[in-house]
Formats: sequence, C-alpha cells, structure tokens
Amino acid sequence: MLHDPGRLTTAKEGAVARAAAVAAAHAEAVDRDARFPAEGIDALKAEGLLGAMVPRALGGHGATLAEIAGQCQRLGEACAATAMIFAMHQIQVACVVSHGLGTAWFEALARRIAGDQLLVASITSEVGIGGDMRSSLCAIERSGERFTLSKQGPTISYGAEADLFLATARAHGDAPASDQRLVAIPRDGCRMSLIGEWNAMGMRGTCSTGFVVEAEGDAAQILPAPFAEIAAETMTPVSHLLWGGVWTGIAAEALTRARRFLRAKARGQAAVPGAGASRLMAAIGLIESAQARLAVLLAAFDATHALGSDRAIVPTEDGGWPVGLACATTLNMLKHDVATLCHQAVLEAMLVCGMAGYRNGGAHSVARHLRDILSAQLMIGNDRIAATTGPMLVAQRAPLGRL
Amino acid sequence: MEQQLRTILDETAGLSVPASEIGEDQDLFALGLTSFATVTVMLAIEDGFDIEFPDQLLNRTTFRTVGTLMGAIRELHGDGLAA
Repeated sequence: MLHDPGRLTTAKEGAVARAAAVAAAHAEAVDRDARFPAEGIDALKAEGLLGAMVPRALGGHGATLAEIAGQCQRLGEACAATAMIFAMHQIQVACVVSHGLGTAWFEALARRIAGDQLLVASITSEVGIGGDMRSSLCAIERSGERFTLSKQGPTISYGAEADLFLATARAHGDAPASDQRLVAIPRDGCRMSLIGEWNAMGMRGTCSTGFVVEAEGDAAQILPAPFAEIAAETMTPVSHLLWGGVWTGIAAEALTRARRFLRAKARGQAAVPGAGASRLMAAIGLIESAQARLAVLLAAFDATHALGSDRAIVPTEDGGWPVGLACATTLNMLKHDVATLCHQAVLEAMLVCGMAGYRNGGAHSVARHLRDILSAQLMIGNDRIAATTGPMLVAQRAPLGRL
Repeated sequence: MEQQLRTILDETAGLSVPASEIGEDQDLFALGLTSFATVTVMLAIEDGFDIEFPDQLLNRTTFRTVGTLMGAIRELHGDGLAA
C-alpha cells in the first residue's frame, strides 16, 4: 500500500473502494465511447473525495499526498480515465491549498471545492507553445482590479465538465514568456469555444479537447506567487507523484489479471505454467520498484509539506525532500522512470495472458490497460524530460545513490 | 568581476534586456531566466571565474539577481577579489 495503514484515515471508511467499483463498472463503455466517466466522478463527489485534500478546517478531509496517491492507484485499477481526472483535479487543489490560503478569495474557493465538490481543471498548454508548461504566449490584461485573459489551450482535459480552471499566462502584457502567473477562472467567468475532438488510443475518457478561453474576473483570482514557484514547489512534484499513483494502479490491475489467468490455467493443468509465472515475477518486480520510489518521495513530501493543513512538518532539508536543482531532477526522473516501468509491466501482463490479454473485453483482457499506460511516456514527453534533466544532473555534485 | 558576470548573462541567460541595463536587485526570472538556463549560466560562471558551485547554492535564491549571483561568486572566490 502506498499510504501508512497506521495513519487514521480522514475519509469515510471504504470511500475510494466504493467509488472505484462504480468507475470499474463503466470503464469499458467510457473507453469505447471516449466519453467523460460521469458515473465514477459522481461517485467520487458522493464520497466527498474531490475535497479530500482540502484541510479539515475548511470542510475537506485534510488528506496527505500519500493518501491521495493511494486513492489514485485504487481508481487506476478500476478506470484510468476516472483516476487521471481525479489526479489532475487534486493537482490543482494542491496549488490552491499550498499557495492560495493566505487570501480570502482562494480560502473561499477551497471551502467550495470541499462543500460543493467542484471539479477543477488545468489550462497550462497553449497553441504555439507545445509542451513547455513554463512558457506562455497569452498575458493577463489588467484594468484596475479587473483582468481579462484570452488563451488557446489545445489540450484541456475534461474541459467541458470542469467547474473551474487554473490557467497559466504571462503576468502582464510586457512580461517575458517565462514570467507567469496562475489564475483561477470559474466556468461562469469565461466563454469557451471547442477546438477539435479527443480521439486517442488511450485515456479516452479524459476528453482532452482544445478550447479557446475568453475569461474575465477579479484580480483576487490571480495567485500572487510567481508560477515558477508554484510549479517547482507544488504543481510538478504533486503531478509526478499522483500520476505515478494512477500509472501503478493501471499496471497493478493488468498484473492482477495476468496472475488470475495463470491461476486459471494451473487449475486445468494441475501446475502453474513456469514461463508465464517467471514473467509475472519480473513484471511485479517492475511495479514494486516504481512503488518504492513513489513511497519514499510521498513520505518525504508529506513530512515537509502541510498542504494548507495544521499538520506538523519539518524543513525540507530535514525531511528528505530534495532542494534546489535536485528537486527538479529527482521528480523528473521519477516521472520518466515510473512511466516506463509501468508500461513494461503492462506489456509483460499481455505476454503472460496471450490472446486472452490481447482481446478486447473478457476477464483477462489488458488491451485497454496497455493503451492507457502508453500515455504515461507522453504526458509530459519523456524525451523532453531526458533532454532537460540530463544537463541538470551534470551540474550537480552530490554523491549518487547513497542509502 | 561584475562586468564579467554581465557578459556571461548576455551570452548564456537568454534575458529580454541587455545585462548592462539590469539593476543589481532586479529579478532575473521576471526578465526571462528559466531554471534550465540557470544550468548554462552556472557552468559559464564556473568556467569564467574558476570556481565550483556546491549543490546547496543551486537554487532560485542564488540566481535571482545580479546582486545575489555576485554574492555567491565572491563567497566562492574566497580571497575577496575586488569587484
């Protein structure tokens, strides 16, 4: 398990299991029709889980990141789209509770996320920019205490269903591309025009279509901290850790099916097929490695980040959380490697199950799982990560791989 | 030393204005410095000043302004070379 079983769970007992069961029941239809997983998301709302990370004082569950990652994993076993939407929502909530609670507007937003189970989406990518989150063309246009923003986002996951968006933009009209802010845009504060459709081989229920967004609102909706800080301290680490939860969940379910397949085969032959079992062992080892890296960093994150709650935390250097350039490289390598490990594990599961795994549908099918896990190496592109992280590793001098 | 630093910034930092126009306490990240570019800047500073940046100085605080960079360079140079 990714979370400490000794820790008192703040959510209702069995909440995520119930929501995952609903998500699982509709996973094939969501994938087949590339539709929003409404049933799974509604089940999460019914359990209050969209407010899980909001501090208890503001009406949420005050969950740790490890608990949320464990929830992402359980949901990933059931339906990758539901899990990824849940993860992406929690990433935005993490930014709100980590950087916004000093202001009245964002404190009220946190209460509403918990109380009304608002679904929050992200608008970071931009037409003309590609996958570089730390660069924007569009700019916040200020006029006294009001602002307007016009942005073309090519990929806004669940954009049609979200209640509120956190969008990146240049801080003002003369700001360079990397001088960005994060601004909260409620759905009723913007006009959205659809660009294109989402028809991909996997993660089909995330409905990641593009939109042109024309927004206006109050200056209070702009998070005061530079987006560079929000990204480095919260958005990137939380993204990589929660995506890792989703991906290990997808891989775990695929391997569970492979194990079940081998057990069924063994009954027929009164012996476990040797080759398949060896392959299963190697594959389980892959996700154990992924889990171990996630668990260490989740524990260090929770030891050093309160996510807006009154949990006791220690300074980052004392809690094992990497600082400076090492934070970027550690979290980038984590994402890069977990994405690859989970893909390899699902592929192994398919090789164990053979035709039963390759088929769509059926108790041992892992076709959807393989299509879904392939997205992991593309969001953010693993090649981009390697190109930027490699030089950043060369610049560091700390000893490598010490226990 | 500060002039040498400003030359390095012009050559490696990718800022939106010439280094000669940047104030001592002006935020370089607001002028377009990215964390990826800080690696190139750092390596050029190490090469140009014959110093080594320890990992604990590899953070945004060190690279935030011309002033903070000069402070780090002087500290690493150690012998109080005149600016």
